[in-house]
Amino acid sequence: MLLLHCPFCGPRSEIEFSYGGPAALPRPDDPAQISDADWVDWLTVPENRIGPVPERWCHSKGCGAWLTVRRDIRTHEILEVRHGA
Amino acid sequence: MAPERLAEGGRIDRRRVLRFRFDGREMTGHPGDTLASALLANGVRIVTRSFKYHRPRGIMGSGAEEPAALVALAGSAAQGNVVPTMLPLTEGLDVRSIHGWPSVRFDLGAVAGLFSRLIPAGFYYKTFMWPDWHLFEPTIRKAAGLAPAPEAAPEGRYETRNAHCDLLVVGAGPAGLMAALTAARANARVMLVDEGIEAGGNLLARKVEIDGGPAMDWVARAVAELAQRPNVTHLQQATAWGWREHGLVMVQQRAPGHPGLIERGWRVRAGHVICATGAIERMIVFPGNDRPGVMLASAMQAYVNRWGVRPGQRAVIFTNNDSAHEVARDLRAAGVELAAVIDSREGVEAADLPLRAGYQVQRSFGHAGLRGVEIAPVGGGPAARINCDLLAVSGGWTPAVHLHSQSRGSLRWDDAIAAFRPDPVAQSSASVGAADGRFGMTQALQSGAEAVAAYLGLAVPDTPRATEQPYNIAPLWSVPGKGKAFVDLMNDVTLDDIALADREGYGAVEHAKRYTTSGMALDQGKTGNVNVIGILAGLQGKTPDQVGVTTFRAPYTPVSFGSIAGGKAGPGVLPFRHTPLTGWHMAKGAVMYEAGARWRRPGYYPRAGESFQQTVDREARAVREGVAIYDGAPLGVYAIEGPDALRLIEHACTARYGTLTPGMGRYGLMLTEDGLIFDDGVTFRLSEDRFLMSCSTGNADAVGLHLEKILQIDRPDWRVHVTNLTHQWMNATICGPLARDVLGRLTDMDLSTAAFPFMGLREGLVAGLPARVARVSFTGELSYEINVLPRDLQSLWTALLQAGAPEQITPIGSEANHVLRVEKGFLSLGHEADGTVDPYDLGMGWAMARKKGDFIGLRSVLLRRRSGQPRRELVGLIPEDPGADMPEGAPITPGGKRMASEGLVTACVHSASLGRRVGLALLVDGRTRIDKVVQVRLPDRCIAARVVAPVFHDPEGLRMRG
Repeated sequence: MLLLHCPFCGPRSEIEFSYGGPAALPRPDDPAQISDADWVDWLTVPENRIGPVPERWCHSKGCGAWLTVRRDIRTHEILEVRHGA
Repeated sequence: MAPERLAEGGRIDRRRVLRFRFDGREMTGHPGDTLASALLANGVRIVTRSFKYHRPRGIMGSGAEEPAALVALAGSAAQGNVVPTMLPLTEGLDVRSIHGWPSVRFDLGAVAGLFSRLIPAGFYYKTFMWPDWHLFEPTIRKAAGLAPAPEAAPEGRYETRNAHCDLLVVGAGPAGLMAALTAARANARVMLVDEGIEAGGNLLARKVEIDGGPAMDWVARAVAELAQRPNVTHLQQATAWGWREHGLVMVQQRAPGHPGLIERGWRVRAGHVICATGAIERMIVFPGNDRPGVMLASAMQAYVNRWGVRPGQRAVIFTNNDSAHEVARDLRAAGVELAAVIDSREGVEAADLPLRAGYQVQRSFGHAGLRGVEIAPVGGGPAARINCDLLAVSGGWTPAVHLHSQSRGSLRWDDAIAAFRPDPVAQSSASVGAADGRFGMTQALQSGAEAVAAYLGLAVPDTPRATEQPYNIAPLWSVPGKGKAFVDLMNDVTLDDIALADREGYGAVEHAKRYTTSGMALDQGKTGNVNVIGILAGLQGKTPDQVGVTTFRAPYTPVSFGSIAGGKAGPGVLPFRHTPLTGWHMAKGAVMYEAGARWRRPGYYPRAGESFQQTVDREARAVREGVAIYDGAPLGVYAIEGPDALRLIEHACTARYGTLTPGMGRYGLMLTEDGLIFDDGVTFRLSEDRFLMSCSTGNADAVGLHLEKILQIDRPDWRVHVTNLTHQWMNATICGPLARDVLGRLTDMDLSTAAFPFMGLREGLVAGLPARVARVSFTGELSYEINVLPRDLQSLWTALLQAGAPEQITPIGSEANHVLRVEKGFLSLGHEADGTVDPYDLGMGWAMARKKGDFIGLRSVLLRRRSGQPRRELVGLIPEDPGADMPEGAPITPGGKRMASEGLVTACVHSASLGRRVGLALLVDGRTRIDKVVQVRLPDRCIAARVVAPVFHDPEGLRMRG
């Protein structure tokens, strides 16, 4: 069980959080203006590298903040936690 | 006193007698005994029959490493597969041997041993491939059974507890105690956990001196000092069985010392973990190494010294290292005749012992128990037989690196001790003492203090000196020969199996483990795994570190589910959520359902003499013909407020909301970005920048997370507050053609359709209570959803029932609601919206306000539509047999053939108003197949059904708008 340092609540156990998936690139401003291929890429082809990976976590059973967490998926080392994107 | 109990010595209380039974025989022991020591004291040699070959097995170890003996407990503490070396003896234990039929001493299944060549390594994998493993499964399961699960839950309860500490010390042997003392004296928050009955570890079983006195005196002083310090939590019979991420260690406390509490599971978040887990003695693998009477040397030493038990009369020692020489002396001191010390190393000397250096045990003799061994020079030469009833074996010591490895720390091979020891750590931790491969006692004490000092930044304190025993070893993994030589006793894996695995291409250590199942039993191969590595290395001409180790996984020892789940059993696993009306529903005899998100809600209210269908028909008819009332409290509701509230709603939902006038609402869908339906509901505009959004009961939390993610991650510049009102406003809904008449008696609001149209929301007083009344309909009839504060809901409910009494207002449950929504073809999350459909699939293209521009999911919906691929579309189904029940989820297949489905039934109900069953389905290209007949495929037959439009009642929706 991870220990995540919420910027508002301090170190809290993973059970207080909801996982929001790997952090995607920002949503295209006007999806109608980009090609089908680019849209599908943005939507379904997340980066899948080994090492530090940005993820979204919501402190859903705490303050409710959506966080961006950089976690090394090999070691679980948490390199950064910040509020928002 | 039990026959094999020594007159004196040991850490047992001879003044008190504990009675217990083993397979019905009355026996006695003393406080301080384990079940294993008590069985040995009573002369019990055979306690179990082995897993595969049904060979007789006795007790071989003295702790968590026990590789052979398992028993079952009966009575109120019933438990299967108990390791007798880990169970403290208590009064009245009712112990049963397992695997033995009709008895463990005469086992008919032992004939399996005669066919053992038919059950080689990889047997299961080979068998299950041909021709159909289901043919073999029942027989294999019967033959390979462990103890059956107890028939009843044990008496008492379990609990779990969270704890935090600066230092967690695992193991209360010399290194662990010294570490705990050092940390405690530095005022750190310390937890010390140890799996044994009492602290001391290895010292409990040995005659060692610390600080010039008996080691156990030093242990007693250390334990007393720790007990006095408020910053120390010291648990015995508490096994640290798993190490998770970020310093979280799972501890199973087996004797929490609280009445009625069976076990306590601890989740300890530690700043730093000191692994003082000691070392485990290994076997040497030779033919007949499993015969009752063969034991680990350290175990024999423990039985003699710690428990005052003489496990036999005449002993042979077989060793490849120095540690067993000390055992030989202790056995002799206890009155056991020492026949010989067989040491595989050339040139070893010990003048006081009957030593045969450069010899090895070739095999053992005996039938049920050990009668003698055959020895011969290691390099070959004439063999000789020695009669004995005990054989103490020491293959050397393996640091217990399990926890360190679970934390993803790595290991390195050390030739000096012929074992793997911890190398770099992966989490904040250190291994000390024997767990770090430092087998000297003084060294162990030192390393405990040093590790803590290093972590806390202290000067290293002075540590006591202890008696030293040299430790030299020359590896001897196995002695080949005729007959079964076991590397894993509990799973009956032999030396031949390892060789076979290697020959058949499964020589990589992880493959060999799975192919042979070596190291996969309850003991996880604690005494044999390193032998397997050494044997593979020998077969492959490699060094042990080239062969490598298998992954150590939690749990270290078997853990009860109870200590993990704690109080979360039965309804406590996920507590129910109740509305203020639960009590009323139950008093009325409602059958309660879970309505999603653990809300309890009435399913239906049966009356005396009614069948289920009669009840549901009556409730449904009340809505269609009169007036009914239901508890809508669980409905998810969010307030969305702020200058950018409209932008958020239009971004998240499919419909247009900018054109809504205050006091009006609109139905919309919420899509995921891949264009599939995520939720649905009505959103009302209260004023220019204040909205109320309702959503599905079971999905309310997910909708909240989704909206907050948009705001906090994607659009932090939008000024919007989203507030969950699910628990702040709760509704009772009245519905049916007479609903307006009933509500009119309780409010001054103008209820005329002109003043209060369908999809309107009005605020005012109902029955004198502040209320928000919404004209929405989930049933297709005229309907008022009356929202009040939760504390007012009961008053409102009572007032509505009284007001509706002349019309016989009828409370209805979710069954009737389900019938009514199916008649209307309204979607239900989890039925029609199953995560694979988009709005067009359900015929709800009208809900897609494409003119408003982009919103979540639009781009993907359009992309999918353009592909022109056939889609499953929502249709109605009318079974040709009006009474035929088409089960929810049943496939529709082309022509009813047994082949890939072309759709599925999503709902099927008995419609009271139509007097027949009707259903909804998702069907490939369904809208082009209206009036065609399809086949619902059941396992044994088909149901023919006509495809119709998915609405069976009031297609124009005049009744709910009227």
